Amino acid sequence: MTSRLCRAVLWLYCAYLLIPLYWLLNLSLRSNDSIAGGVELIPAAPTLANYSEIFTNPVWFNGFANSLSYVVLNSLISLAVAIPAAYTFSRYRFLGDKHLFFWLLTNRMAPPAVFLLPFFQLYSTLGLFDTPLAVALAHCLFTVPLSVWILEGFFSATPRSVDELARLDGHTRGYFFFRIFLPMNRAALGVTLFFCFMFSWVELLLARTLTGSDSKPIAVVMTRTVSASGLDWGVLCAAGVLTIVPGLIVVYFVRRHLAAGFALGRVS
Amino acid sequence: MNAKPYTNAAWLGVLPVLLIVAFSAVIPLMTVVNYSVQDILDFNTRYFVGFDWYRETLRDERFSAALLRQLSFSALVLAIEIPLGIAIARGVPRDSKATTPLLILLAVPLLVPWNVVGTIWQIFARPDIGLLGVSINALGVQYNYAGDALHAWLTLLAMDIWHWSSLVALLTFAGLSAIPSANYAAASLDGASPWQTFRFVELPKLAGVLVICVLLRTMDSLMIYTEPFVLTGGGPGSSTTFLSQHLATMAVGQFDLGPAAAFSILYFLLILVLCFVFYSVVVRPTGEEVRP
Repeated sequence: MTSRLCRAVLWLYCAYLLIPLYWLLNLSLRSNDSIAGGVELIPAAPTLANYSEIFTNPVWFNGFANSLSYVVLNSLISLAVAIPAAYTFSRYRFLGDKHLFFWLLTNRMAPPAVFLLPFFQLYSTLGLFDTPLAVALAHCLFTVPLSVWILEGFFSATPRSVDELARLDGHTRGYFFFRIFLPMNRAALGVTLFFCFMFSWVELLLARTLTGSDSKPIAVVMTRTVSASGLDWGVLCAAGVLTIVPGLIVVYFVRRHLAAGFALGRVS
Repeated sequence: MNAKPYTNAAWLGVLPVLLIVAFSAVIPLMTVVNYSVQDILDFNTRYFVGFDWYRETLRDERFSAALLRQLSFSALVLAIEIPLGIAIARGVPRDSKATTPLLILLAVPLLVPWNVVGTIWQIFARPDIGLLGVSINALGVQYNYAGDALHAWLTLLAMDIWHWSSLVALLTFAGLSAIPSANYAAASLDGASPWQTFRFVELPKLAGVLVICVLLRTMDSLMIYTEPFVLTGGGPGSSTTFLSQHLATMAVGQFDLGPAAAFSILYFLLILVLCFVFYSVVVRPTGEEVRP
């Protein structure tokens, strides 16, 4: 593989990425009549009607709000439990530490489809069904192991001499952890938040099963709208475009650490 | 560096994770195990049936058909996406103004909700309104992914490559960035060809991230559900019904709790065993320290 060939592969792949996305944007700017009328590479009569339909209809707005609320909840819960665990794994040995770490990872391998029914029963029994908290907790199935995995990689790369120096300087454990250690690992926290956000935002199967009419996520609103009104392609595409926006905003914030984050903090 | 201190008080630090994982994974998994050995007629009438559901599942032709489709799909996906991802990563310029925009662009497909990925490919590939579908038909090929099993498979593969090759590319790019420039300088002094540079300088350093790539892609491709559900709905016929889809139909569609639970356990075990075999066969013998 010469580098010129790889460069060509890269540009071809970028085009391959962009063309379907462009088509989504293209259809979202056209009326249904125009879409059904045939292929237009550039919309002849672009319209924002599909977007205004979404912004004026509370069902769509609520869908977005519901999705964002469980994604944010999930990210906070995952970080809160994963930070102490990752620090512990990176700094201490204890009985069964390696087995525990591997066992955590096996949860990342559990197909969500397996958990549909038990989740449904468990959350119904607890009265959490159809709340954002149910989806947030269910998504912990894969975001918590992933967060521990990523954070442990980053924390292990922070030299342990930092901990010892802080102790010699007379700082308390709490001061060291919250004022020195975590600020030093800002990038790691950002990257972990990004991954929790990403995996919780893109998941549909569990989110759909654990929500009823009150807390329907945006993805479910999309699938239901299609079946209800037949072929409202324009609105569907506009909603699709809007679901990509939060991801773009988040990725912009972690852009510098993106590559390291995808390697789960384990590149060197 | 001196060894990490040994203290069992450290268990306190992992306790919150244990509690949340117990709640979101152990209890549900045990419930599934419980279902899988019972015949549940309604919530008050149930009989212990031992391993009957497992035997039945293993004999079920629809299970073996879905399993075969699933394994073929995952093997194809890995065979295409890993080399493609490596090539893309090697094409990304390092330390250039284009680097960050390119990385962001590569990350975009990973941030699209999975059902929207299905929708994007649906509107792109439909033979009536899709750019791809219309173009292929204009070339004289009768392309219709909803009616032809081969076309459905090719469309699903194209979609998965669109969706996930970036993950391999971004991981590999991170691995490449960690290689010191001195290694490249040494290779060029020795007159190494580009291929030799890749084979003997880059590939050994990439072993760690490539293991992560293969593990992640294996797990995730075995779990694929939403994208084919939206795009083909498992059809035409059952030609694109993979394991998750088959399971969701059994559990939620037909409410066959016992058989669905036995199926679930076998499914989970399959992924665990495949990942474990890959890890112990590929990673251990090379003797290289690859941390999980």
